[in-house]
Amino acid sequence: MNQYLLAVYQPEGPLPEPGALTDIRREVNTIREEMKRSGAWVFSGGLHAPTSSTVVRRSGPELMLTDGPYLEGKEYLGGFTIVRAADLDGALAWGGRLARATGLPIEVRPFREES
Amino acid sequence: MTPADLGNSDIAQIFRAEHGRAVAILVRSFGDIDIAEDAVQEAFAEALQRWSSSGLPASPVGWIITTARHRAIDRLRREAPRGDRQAYAADCLEAAEPTEESAVNDDRLRLIFACCHPALAPVAQVALTLRLLGGLTTTEVARAFGVGEATLAQRLVRAKNKIREAGIAYRIPEAPELPQRLRTVLTVIYLIFNEGYTASTGEHLVRADLCAEAIRLARLLRELMPQELEVLGILALMLLIDARRPSRMSADGRLVRLAHQDRTGWDRRAIAQGLDLVRYCIACNRPGPYQIQAAIQAVHSEAANVESTDWHQILQLYDLLMSIAPSPAAALNRTVALAEVHGAAAALTELERLPLELTHLFHAIRADLLRRLGRHPEARRSYDTAISLARNLVERQHLEDARQTLHGA
Repeated sequence: MNQYLLAVYQPEGPLPEPGALTDIRREVNTIREEMKRSGAWVFSGGLHAPTSSTVVRRSGPELMLTDGPYLEGKEYLGGFTIVRAADLDGALAWGGRLARATGLPIEVRPFREES
Repeated sequence: MTPADLGNSDIAQIFRAEHGRAVAILVRSFGDIDIAEDAVQEAFAEALQRWSSSGLPASPVGWIITTARHRAIDRLRREAPRGDRQAYAADCLEAAEPTEESAVNDDRLRLIFACCHPALAPVAQVALTLRLLGGLTTTEVARAFGVGEATLAQRLVRAKNKIREAGIAYRIPEAPELPQRLRTVLTVIYLIFNEGYTASTGEHLVRADLCAEAIRLARLLRELMPQELEVLGILALMLLIDARRPSRMSADGRLVRLAHQDRTGWDRRAIAQGLDLVRYCIACNRPGPYQIQAAIQAVHSEAANVESTDWHQILQLYDLLMSIAPSPAAALNRTVALAEVHGAAAALTELERLPLELTHLFHAIRADLLRRLGRHPEARRSYDTAISLARNLVERQHLEDARQTLHGA
C-alpha cells in the first residue's frame, strides 16, 4: 500500500453560492465516508484562506515571522486528503471523485514511504 | 544459421523484435523497469559477442531472457544490504520459474499500458514505448523526435522514476477504464506513425523505420487484444497510408500528393491486408474513429485514380467521424471532400469557420480552394502563410511549387 496526497487547489476570490457550497460539502462528506469504510482514508481537512497563514523561517540564530502564504498566487491549497491505495490508479480514482464533486483541480502526489 | 552468416544486423534485428518481450518478462520478475532494461541490455551485449562466434542458440529469445535474469540477480545480490542478500537471491530465483506464452503476452500488454499511462506526459509515453517495446536505443528515439540525446535520456529517467514513485501499476486496465486507456495507447502508436510519415521538422519527409515500428506495435496489440476493433482500425489505417509511401516522393525528392500519385507504385499486399481489416470492421458494425479513418483511406485505395474516387462516400464517412469523434483535423480534412462533392466555394465557407489559422495545412487547403475559384492573389497570400508555417522542408518545397502554378507567378 502506498499513501497519496490529494490536494485541492482553489482559485482566489469569492466562494460558490451558499446552496452550491452545501451540495459540494455534502458530496465531499459522502466520499470521505466511503474512503473510511473502504479503509483508504488516512486524514483529510479543509484550510482557512491563505490570508490566515504565517510563515516562520530561520534567519541566522533568530526566527523570522511573515504574514501571509509562502507562495503568492492566483490559486492556493484549499485543503487535502491523504489516502492509502494499492497503486496510482486507486488514488486517481479517489482524486477523480473529488474533482467531480468540487469542480476543482486535485493534485495527486505519492508519499515517499508508507508510514 | 552458421556463425559466418550471422552478422551484427541479424542480432540487431532479433534485438528489436524481442526487446519488448524480454523487458516485459523481466519487469514482472523484478518489478522495476531499470533493472529489467539494464539486464536485457547486458544480455544482448553478451549475445553479440557469443553468437557471432558460436552461432544462434536454439531459442535466441529464451537465451536472452535467461541470461538477462542472471544478470539482474547478480546485480540485486551486489546491491542488496549484506543481511538481505540470501533472501534477495532466493526471491529472485523463485521469480525465475518458466512462463507460459499467454502469461508472456499479458506481460507485454501490462508494459504497454504502463508506458502509455495517461499520468505520463505524451512525449514520455511515446519515448518509453519506443524504447521499451520497440527496442530503439535512446540515440534512435532522440533522433526520431529531433531532440538532444541528453534531453531525451533525462525525460526517460523522469518517466521511469514517476512510474516507480507514483506507483503506476503494470496492469491491464479493467473493463470500465479500458476504452479510455486503450485510446491513449492508440494515440501513442499513431503519433509514432505520423512522425514517421511526415517528419514534423527537417529535410526528410518520411522516416520509414518509425512507420514500420508503429505498424509492428499495432500488430502486436492486435495479437494481444484481437477483439478490439479500434486496434484493427488503426492497423488498417496505417497499412493503407503506408502502402502509398513508394509513390509519395518523386525521383527528385519532391512530395507527390495523393491526387497525383502513380497508383501502380502502391504496395498492393499492404492494401489488401488493410482492406480486409476494414471489411471485417464494417461487418462488426461498431464504428470508432480509427475504423472510420481507415474506411476513408480504403475508399481512396480502391479508386483507380482521383477522378473515379467515390467522394460522396468519403464525405459521408467524414460526417460520421465528426458525429462520433469531432476533431479539428477531421473537420479540416472533411473540407477537402466537401470541395469535391459540393464545390470549392462551399468548402471555403466551411473551412473559414474552423479555428485552425495556426496550422500550415489550413492555409494550404485554403490556398488550393482559392486557386480553384480563380482568386489567385488571395491564394498566393494563403500559400505564403502556409509556407511560413510548414516546418518540414519537403512540404515547404511542395507548397512553393504549388504557388508557382498561380497566374502571374
